[in-house]
Amino acid sequence: MEKDDMMLDELANKEYEFGFVTDIDMDISEVGLNEDTVRFISAKKNEPQWLLDWRMKGFRAFQKQDMPQWQNFEMPEIDFQSISYYAAPKKQAKYASLDEVDPELLKTFAKLGIPMSEQKQLAGVAVDVVFDSVSVSTTYKEHLNEMGIIFCSISEAVKNHPELVQKYLGTVVPHTDNTFASLNTAVFSDGSFVYIPKGVRCPMELSTYFRINAENTGQFERTLIIADEDSYVSYLEGCTAPMRDENQLHAAVVELIAMKGAEIKYSTVQNWYPGDKDGKGGIFNFVTKRGACRGDHSKISWTQVETGSAITWKYPSLILQGDHSSGEFYSVAVTNNKQIADTGTKIYHLGANTKSRIISKGISAGQGQNSYRGLVQMGSKAKNARNFTQCDSLLIGDQCGAHTFPYIESKNNTATIEHEATTSKIGEDQVFYLNQRGIDSEQAIALIVNGYAKEVLNQLPMEFAVEAQKLLSLTLEGSVG
Amino acid sequence: MLSIKNLHANIEGKEILKGINLEVNAGEVHAIMGPNGSGKSSLSSVLAGRENYEVTEGEVWLDGKNLLDMKPEERAREGVFLAFQYPVEIPGVSNINFLRTALSEIRIHRNLPPLSAKDFLKMTKEKQELVEFEAKLANRSLNQGFSGGEKKRNEVFQLAMLDPKLSILDETDSGLDIDALRIVSNGINKLRTADNAFVLITHYQRLLEYIVPDFVHVLYNGQIVRSGTKELALELEEKGYDWLKEEYHGQESINTK
Ligand SMILES: Nc1ncnc2c1ncn2[C@@H]1O[C@H](COP(=O)(O)OP(=O)(O)OP(=O)(O)O)[C@@H](O)[C@H]1O
Ligand SMILES: [Mg+2]
Repeated sequence: MEKDDMMLDELANKEYEFGFVTDIDMDISEVGLNEDTVRFISAKKNEPQWLLDWRMKGFRAFQKQDMPQWQNFEMPEIDFQSISYYAAPKKQAKYASLDEVDPELLKTFAKLGIPMSEQKQLAGVAVDVVFDSVSVSTTYKEHLNEMGIIFCSISEAVKNHPELVQKYLGTVVPHTDNTFASLNTAVFSDGSFVYIPKGVRCPMELSTYFRINAENTGQFERTLIIADEDSYVSYLEGCTAPMRDENQLHAAVVELIAMKGAEIKYSTVQNWYPGDKDGKGGIFNFVTKRGACRGDHSKISWTQVETGSAITWKYPSLILQGDHSSGEFYSVAVTNNKQIADTGTKIYHLGANTKSRIISKGISAGQGQNSYRGLVQMGSKAKNARNFTQCDSLLIGDQCGAHTFPYIESKNNTATIEHEATTSKIGEDQVFYLNQRGIDSEQAIALIVNGYAKEVLNQLPMEFAVEAQKLLSLTLEGSVG
Repeated sequence: MLSIKNLHANIEGKEILKGINLEVNAGEVHAIMGPNGSGKSSLSSVLAGRENYEVTEGEVWLDGKNLLDMKPEERAREGVFLAFQYPVEIPGVSNINFLRTALSEIRIHRNLPPLSAKDFLKMTKEKQELVEFEAKLANRSLNQGFSGGEKKRNEVFQLAMLDPKLSILDETDSGLDIDALRIVSNGINKLRTADNAFVLITHYQRLLEYIVPDFVHVLYNGQIVRSGTKELALELEEKGYDWLKEEYHGQESINTK
């Protein structure tokens, strides 16, 4: 439509809000990747031998692997030798309190709106901040400690709870899984670790903010969450990165493990720098996330709102091992300008009476390309397993693209798989209707898009949902006029 | 209040409005009738600022302000309300949420303080009662799955909420059942004040029995070919449009001689 085109052209100029660089001394490893890099990182972090050995296995697996080629975009050339694999703020002594943290860093956090303040504590958010590679501050730890909950950086967990880390690390995403997971195994810098003991309901949302700051550093965080029998935890992950002309690589791994009767809710609001409107710069977000419902009646749900990154390559998956275990995947992915998102989920039904639900909402604007890629697999023992998939695409303008690649494999004829898909376009008449009631076009689009994504946004904890709504509007600013 | 002078407008290069002149004063009700395709909805679209219409000539003033210079949302905030002939559905956007956004924009424009959630809900309730709009519809997604008549009633509910200066109702009566027509008309009569004005686009004399117009205009072929009082509507009901068409074309052929 003509009007849509005009809208597109008019508003294509919204700048990335979080684009600033913090001036702090960084301790950065030399660029390049070889066995010495891996040893350097491990030594910097005073790691035990078993962890170094595992990193080495990851490195060797990485060397043997090719870049994946099945995604619906041309894999960019990534020169792994030109990246620095370790960056940490220099003032690295343990911070006993926030007062000791470099004020520049705190200012950055303030700009990011990271909830470290008193009010946010009242809101019940415990935050583990990963600034580039080192975890800076963890609030609320004591209160959680009393309940036996462990919430700390993964480096700390390696020091203080090595038996837990060694038992579970790499058991959901093996070091050979894919190029990026292997790379992460070799060079992961930091990340979060959560352990919820049997029967404990974590009383607050646990939250981590990730941020890439140093130039030419990749961010390779590793997150491991274990919910022991009959426990519950809700975990929030938010991410931002400053504006850079070059592309930066982000290759994280997240592993979730739910034992019998346990439930994990994992929510992500991803707002990495998407590049400018011509597609220059931006984060390459190649992330491996997987959850294992190990025990009977366990449950894991992924909720993601993906608004940033130049390229998002991400398929949070679920292995439903336990009988009656269930999994959910709720996703909103937005692409504007030249952004690319190839995202979805893989759900493996292994146990009997397992259930899964996939709700995917893609939004494409500008010249953005948005692909949903999903696999639902019913194993031979997955008696009466059920899946429901709803996969919707919303287009704004006519230069963008939406694609869906749903794959189904069933080895069990008692299993049911339902799939629904729709594609719609924000109509000029819808925008005009709202205009006619006094609402300008940007707000109109925000209303329409938030309405469209409501089912997913409703899954997010209140505080995050509001932020996610704002981000959706921000990302789409410039897509309509 | 509203002053339309020699308004010409095109859509996709085709002239649809061919010199409309109309004066609407505060406190008045004007009815616009006319055969299908004569340009009634086009006129309301142009007044509301729909961008696919291109105004090629003429002026439109609203209380001394140049309407044609304003964006659609600015016109709405200035007090122009269009009850659409075909209201669109917007899935997932709650009716109430949408109205809250609209009202707050309009209040900002009018330098009124924002309404608290409590006051807003109170107002919602009052207006729902005024136009007898079902509360459960107010809480649903905007027009989604509404019946034809429910959509029309939602337009009137919105009108009641937003309190416009100039309301243009484009065939709001068509699709309403007999009771609904009476209810909606009563609602509109209650909303009438000395400071606002209504333009009713309709095909049916019946509506005008409930909401008595001060003037009736006939739009044909992009022009107002006849204006009169409510008796004109009765005459049209009886005789149809042919006599006016003939008159118009007779006039036209004289003009072109
Ligand atoms: N997008 C468009 N492209 C071409 N012609 C159009 C377009 N929109 C409207 N028209 C034409 O403009 C003329 C006037 O249409 P309009 O909808 O204003 O009529 P109306 O008087 O409201 O009719 P009705 O009583 O049927 O509602 C019609 O001939 C119609 O086909
Ligand atoms: Mg019409």
